Amino acid sequence: MSNPTARSETKNWLEKLPSVSVLGPLMALLLSIAFFATQHPNFFTLTNSALITSQVMVVAVLAIGQTLIILTAGIDLSCGMVMALSTMVMTKMAVDFGLPAPLTLLLGLLVSTGFGFLNGLLITVLKLPPFIVTLGTLNIAFAIMQIYTQAQTITVSDENSILLFFKQDISFAGITIGYGAGIALTLFLFTLGSWALSNTAPGRHLYAVGNNPEAARLTGIPTQRVLLLVYTLAGFIYGIAGWLSISRYGIGNPNAGSTENLDTITAVVLGGTSLFGGRGLLIGTIIGALISGVFRSGLTLMGARAEVQILITGILVIVAVAVDQLSKGKNSR
Amino acid sequence: MRKIAVLAAVGAATVCLALAQGKSPIIGLITKTESNPFFVKMKEGASKEAARLGAKFISAAGKQDGDNAGQVAAIENMVAAGAQTILITPSDSKAIVPAIKKAQAAGVQVIALDSPTEPADAVDALYATDNFKAGVLIGEYAAAQLKGKTLKIAMLDLFPGHPVGIARHNGFLAGLGADNIDADTPDLASTPQVVCSQDTFGDQAKGQTAMENCLQKNPDINVVYTINEPAAAGAFQALKAAKKTAAIFSVDGGCEGVRNVDKGVIVATSQQYPLKMAALGVAAGVKYAKTGVKAKGYVDTGVTLIAKKALAGIGSKDVKFGLANCWGN
Amino acid sequence: MENIIFEARGLVKRYGQVTALDGTDFSLRAGEILAVIGDNGAGKSSLIKALSGATIPDSGDIFLDGKPVKFRSPIDARHHGIETVYQDLAVAPAMTIAENLFLGREILRPGLLAKLFRVIDHKKMLEEATQHMQGLKIGIRSMSQAVETLSGGQRQGVAVARSAAFAQHVVIMDEPTAALGVKEGNMVLDLIRRVRENGLPVIIISHNMPHVFEIADRIHIQRLGKRAAVVDPKKLSMSDTVAIMTGAMRTEDIPTEMLA
Repeated sequence: MSNPTARSETKNWLEKLPSVSVLGPLMALLLSIAFFATQHPNFFTLTNSALITSQVMVVAVLAIGQTLIILTAGIDLSCGMVMALSTMVMTKMAVDFGLPAPLTLLLGLLVSTGFGFLNGLLITVLKLPPFIVTLGTLNIAFAIMQIYTQAQTITVSDENSILLFFKQDISFAGITIGYGAGIALTLFLFTLGSWALSNTAPGRHLYAVGNNPEAARLTGIPTQRVLLLVYTLAGFIYGIAGWLSISRYGIGNPNAGSTENLDTITAVVLGGTSLFGGRGLLIGTIIGALISGVFRSGLTLMGARAEVQILITGILVIVAVAVDQLSKGKNSR
Repeated sequence: MRKIAVLAAVGAATVCLALAQGKSPIIGLITKTESNPFFVKMKEGASKEAARLGAKFISAAGKQDGDNAGQVAAIENMVAAGAQTILITPSDSKAIVPAIKKAQAAGVQVIALDSPTEPADAVDALYATDNFKAGVLIGEYAAAQLKGKTLKIAMLDLFPGHPVGIARHNGFLAGLGADNIDADTPDLASTPQVVCSQDTFGDQAKGQTAMENCLQKNPDINVVYTINEPAAAGAFQALKAAKKTAAIFSVDGGCEGVRNVDKGVIVATSQQYPLKMAALGVAAGVKYAKTGVKAKGYVDTGVTLIAKKALAGIGSKDVKFGLANCWGN
Repeated sequence: MENIIFEARGLVKRYGQVTALDGTDFSLRAGEILAVIGDNGAGKSSLIKALSGATIPDSGDIFLDGKPVKFRSPIDARHHGIETVYQDLAVAPAMTIAENLFLGREILRPGLLAKLFRVIDHKKMLEEATQHMQGLKIGIRSMSQAVETLSGGQRQGVAVARSAAFAQHVVIMDEPTAALGVKEGNMVLDLIRRVRENGLPVIIISHNMPHVFEIADRIHIQRLGKRAAVVDPKKLSMSDTVAIMTGAMRTEDIPTEMLA
């Protein structure tokens, strides 16, 4: 406070930035794009950019749910499997049982939302730790899916099915964006989610619950109800991701679901959101998801081994968590 | 360790008891996963054959492909359950060997189905497709069909280090005419024609992603080798979305895959016969229980090239044959 | 009789074999700062918890403005106009000062849709936060900075300001100057006085005798689960007060003129 005017000027300028937490991930994304652009002429093109986005969109949408949960200082290991189960409900009932696709779509969303609600109930009513609860529901969803589908991939052959709605390309000014509808949905969901998190009372309560649950409770926020709502909403989002996945790959895939939980956590962490809860921005999550996609595409074009991508992602995750841990230490001092 | 030794001893005692009393023999089948239709069919076949021959049949599987720990536990449990013969499709050809040795020490006959172990003689017998030959067949077909064209090949493989993936991959390139590659080439080989190599884990969605990235790298790809038919279906999706065409070759001969040959999604596929593997394995198990004689060596369960169009000088069967002999639904 | 606005009679609270409150009485007058002191285990925090709704007493009655009330939770107490500032700084450190002031009571934008989706009016919240903090003379420049960027005293200031802003009847403060330096502690004491000047009575629990004697109008001494005495700090010395608190001086021996 010795030199109030000078200091307040700089501080004001800093405060106007969206949040420092997203700057690092954004820099990492831009630098990696710049690097790969120099490595292969096909990398930095509109087609490839759209392709990368469409390749990460399913994980990105799943990661919206994961972000909401991590912001409350929770974690969800079941997200990918719940999504996979919902895709099997949507496709098998439509293709094998001949039910109308809009109905099976609703049923799939109902199943995923139900799983989210179950997670929420176990966490709020029985006070079980989210890690254990979602580990349990991960296995439950897996087993139900295997029994129900006999692990048969279901191909959606009706090109006009609503289940394939988001596969549509978007064309404008002579440019075609593959899976443009899916990309548009993804961007819309991220925009809507970001807006709601920062501009509605429930959105702020979610941060408060993750940041200091006791303080949130004492100020009258119904913390348990907030948590229940968050897990249920996340389940619904997983269903939407399932719909997106069917559109993207044209199938209900019983082999899906086992790696997405870690993929989403990776995206969330790479996006600068704290695993301790209460800090981070949804916009960071899509940046985190894109970082993974950019490395996969860039390294393929360079002809590098697939393991290199996994190696680099691993290093980035550790860097991101280390930054989180160090900044937490600094703040609590 | 001691616990396992005790288990093994108990297992050995049980086997002797069963042999002595002439009770119905117990035969166990351990597949890579419960989920792959190939293994579903194999299990069905083994179960039927066991019922026919009056043997008791039990089965188990790893949680996903590559789950060695799950398969080791399954072997231990089956030995404890008194199985005299264990049929296994090893997920990890090397890592499974110690567990197999322990089971054999307990008097259990272990037969590998579909995939070999490393070393191959770690099991009593192997009933499997000659995967190198499966690759050669589609490679030769590709060479004949695309004669005179400059080939730009995308290789959509299984995952690093798996012998089946290596055998099919190398067989395909050998069939295309690479004379420096043979069945003993230890790793994934490459030729100048190969412009892109990607792992798919045999999964349709991952196959699609892999093909999309290959097309970014080289939009002129005109030949696609795929480890199996789901990966081929994924590659086709990617080509279709990019409004491109390429000749896709695959291995398996599942019913969905054969139908895709009929539709022109896949040009040719090498069909293998899980039912036959299962039937041979169960028969060997019953024989061991009755006579105490173990099966030995490698039995090729056969592979047939399925293509819609017959080419001169290439022995292929048509879609009708393929559908009559396919597995899955 | 003085204007008593918050009162408790015969409160009993047991935890298993332990009797924390053994029929204690309590009364708070309008516009005063009442300090509650007591040795560890005297039932001081149980009393405060009962008054703030954090625990439900086994028996006894609580009256607010002469009417009997029962608090089932801190939220319930708050609905009755009783705000509590907790010792462990119940703020969300990553959120802004304005957000912390209005946490759980956000100002929403006008309009039906805004109410339905509970859209926050950030601008109005900032303005009101600034106004309110100025009213309490808390010198924090920007209400949009995160609470974790503040010093301990400033954070306590935010917590006190939040309570003062929403309390209709009473503000309860649990060890508001603990863990603060001398300068910051004095700053918070000034702040508590300003809350009283704005017309709200304050109950303050503290171990810090100099602070208690500096600020309190009356001192409630809790001992062995009961109210031992209420004394006037301008008349009774600090050492005698401590003597009553520890049992070295018996209640009957206190000169009547020292009681308050």
